[in-house]
Amino acid sequence: MSESRIPLLEASSVTKVFGAVRALENASLEVRAGEIVALLGANGAGKSTLVKILTGALRPDQGRVRIRGSELAFASPTDARKSGLIPVYQESSMIPDLTVADNLRLTDTGTEPFRHWLNELGMGDLRLDARTSGLPLATLRILDLARAIADDPVVLLLDEITAALPTDLVQKVLEVVRSQKDRNCGIIFISHRFIEIGAVCDRASVLRDGRTVGSLDVRPGVEDQVVEMMLGGSLDSTAAVGDSGVAGDRAAGPPRLRANGLSAGDNLVEVTFELRHGEVLGVVALEGQGQDELFEVLSGFERPTGGTIEVDGAPVVFQHPADAIEVGLAYVPGDRATALLMQRSVHENIALPFSAKASAWGAIPKRRERERVAEAIERLQIDTRAQGELRRLSGGNQQKVTIGRWTAANAKTLLLFDPTRGIDIRTKRQIYPLMRELAAQGTSVLYYTSELEEIPLVCDRVVVIFSGRIVDTINARDVDESMLMRAAYGLRPSSAEAA
Amino acid sequence: MTEAAADGGYGIRFKRLLSEYPVIPLILLLTALIVALEIIRPGIVNERWIANTIKFAIPLAMLASCQTLTMLTGGIDLSVGTIATISAFVMATQVTLSGSAAAIPIALAPAILLGLVNGFGVGVCRVHPLIMTLGTGLIGIGCLQVYQRFVIATGSEVPDYLAWLGTGRFWILPHSLLLFVPFAIGVIFMLRRTGFGRLLYALGENENATRLSGVRGWQVHLALYALSGLIAGITGLLYLGLIKAPSLSLVEPRLLPAVAAAVIGGTSIFGGRGTYSGTIIGALILTVLTTMLTVMQIPEGTRRLLFGVIILAVTAIYLRLTDES
Repeated sequence: MSESRIPLLEASSVTKVFGAVRALENASLEVRAGEIVALLGANGAGKSTLVKILTGALRPDQGRVRIRGSELAFASPTDARKSGLIPVYQESSMIPDLTVADNLRLTDTGTEPFRHWLNELGMGDLRLDARTSGLPLATLRILDLARAIADDPVVLLLDEITAALPTDLVQKVLEVVRSQKDRNCGIIFISHRFIEIGAVCDRASVLRDGRTVGSLDVRPGVEDQVVEMMLGGSLDSTAAVGDSGVAGDRAAGPPRLRANGLSAGDNLVEVTFELRHGEVLGVVALEGQGQDELFEVLSGFERPTGGTIEVDGAPVVFQHPADAIEVGLAYVPGDRATALLMQRSVHENIALPFSAKASAWGAIPKRRERERVAEAIERLQIDTRAQGELRRLSGGNQQKVTIGRWTAANAKTLLLFDPTRGIDIRTKRQIYPLMRELAAQGTSVLYYTSELEEIPLVCDRVVVIFSGRIVDTINARDVDESMLMRAAYGLRPSSAEAA
Repeated sequence: MTEAAADGGYGIRFKRLLSEYPVIPLILLLTALIVALEIIRPGIVNERWIANTIKFAIPLAMLASCQTLTMLTGGIDLSVGTIATISAFVMATQVTLSGSAAAIPIALAPAILLGLVNGFGVGVCRVHPLIMTLGTGLIGIGCLQVYQRFVIATGSEVPDYLAWLGTGRFWILPHSLLLFVPFAIGVIFMLRRTGFGRLLYALGENENATRLSGVRGWQVHLALYALSGLIAGITGLLYLGLIKAPSLSLVEPRLLPAVAAAVIGGTSIFGGRGTYSGTIIGALILTVLTTMLTVMQIPEGTRRLLFGVIILAVTAIYLRLTDES
């Protein structure tokens, strides 16, 4: 619609390398006046890195970003802001202990325009002398949005602005976002919800493996094209992983773990599923769809706000992770640094759960402990050449320690949250057969992964979570990645009953 | 890379040795201090001096063990001065009231009780250890003043066995070693070879990891602070035998030196790092340092000033030496 105008924002050949990982490689993005562009990409495609570079939080290794033709210096978020790029992040940027008015003063935002947009968003009756710490999350997001628009942005960056908003507010927000087109403002719109993208966006820019793989006009039916673009050549990586043998036609065992209508606030809504004996049940979800809450509830870290958990048919209530471990549920979190003692040895890290109970606080039975630890090290092929502190080990070996801890403790159910995130391909190839081996011995595994190609390699069945609900349960043999990706984006909610 | 390794070969190897055996630089420092003392005042280092130094370092090292144990979890116990004073004072008055055998459990009961209160506050109510133990310390001393009014007429008495334990010596070996050697072995064993000791380090380094492993942190804190209280109580009895004059400020002045001994000995106040052997040497270093400043006949103000500066310097240098990467 506005082809003739020069782009408001133009990012070209942006490259960013973290260690061995090329997070961005020649990524580009263009936003014209009055245009709303959806920025899309699967987990790990480089979306958040690009956002950080655009907003001045990270410096690119190569490439440049121009706003209205003048180059952005990437000095700091403040400079990016001054040049007219105003972001609204998923986390509220309001300082909690200040009032709304004080927060406005911090960014030099005019009260009049702020009031105006607050009215448009249906929150005209909010008192500006209210402390922001007392306000609900949805209100904070609206405040962030109103403030960003009131700051008269050249380019507005909206990162999951509709997440955590009730439906009526989502409609208001989308209306206001659309209305910005008339002010000739450019908008970068990041969302997992295709319905919203279809409703407001003109164009979609797709990232895959750090590259911009395409830019499409948004029209009905564009979702399929986008999904294909996001997946692209990822078939290669599946081939690289090799066939580690999906479970054949094993008879499904009796249920080991059952979630009945499990809820956690608004993030996880009435989730029901069964994990059977000797089964690896995959969990597929885009970031922040409630999978974190699901694992935290099942591991006893958080209490559910509704629903029940049954282990081997008996209802259980967890007050503490120790209660979950007591019935054999062991949790390996996504961030391994939170689970490990980096200054202690591999041995001590694996043996930590042995000493957990007060009855095991006495003298350590050295020989028996050494045997159990050696067995786990052997089984997981942990490279212990780097003696001493765990922080000297590679990420892959550290990850194996977090799993080995629980095979040594004979946990009957493993709750693994993205166990292969950020580890090398060799370790991944060791972990897949291990999962199958554990399952063959009767261990049940709940396996969340952000890498879809792992699902057919590791899992027997897979549940797909979108917006806190299970939208699909599929036999892992029948899946392909585009099917999973579509389900993860909530594009095929009808087949949930069929499974 | 190879060049750098060749250049700094000895330096790197030396540093690695130090970080593996952090007690070595401490022992070197202690030796240097003793040599310096002998130079300043020739002939001072003799049997009697050695026995005296050990005698005064022992209760300090015991009090410092409370700091090492709690600091490993990222905590601290500032109530041990008060607890030790209470135990000593109750002991001295109860000897005349209840007999010298029954006095020991009576004297140690409030120590354990205050420790349990600390553990409850830190572990269950999640109060910061600094605030919690400061609070119980003040409450304890208040209670002691009330108790003092009740027993003001009874007078006090130091039982013979405590005096024997506190002041007696055999050649350069003070009798209090009979208490301290098994105590030190017990603490070192606990830290290195028991599940409880392992949890102290783990809790201080990454509390979340212990939670994930099924450790109920409050149980550990409760047991830890109760143990710390008990040790402080026993130390109080030893101070009573050593100083023989119970007062409301018997051990209080030794609290901060005990913290300093643990820190000089390599215990990290942020948790997860430290050994008791280091703390013992730390206590010896502080004791020798005190004699040295006394011997040099420096005025009190300057002495304190120097004491503080030396503690800061030693700790800073020691951290540089033993910290790798």
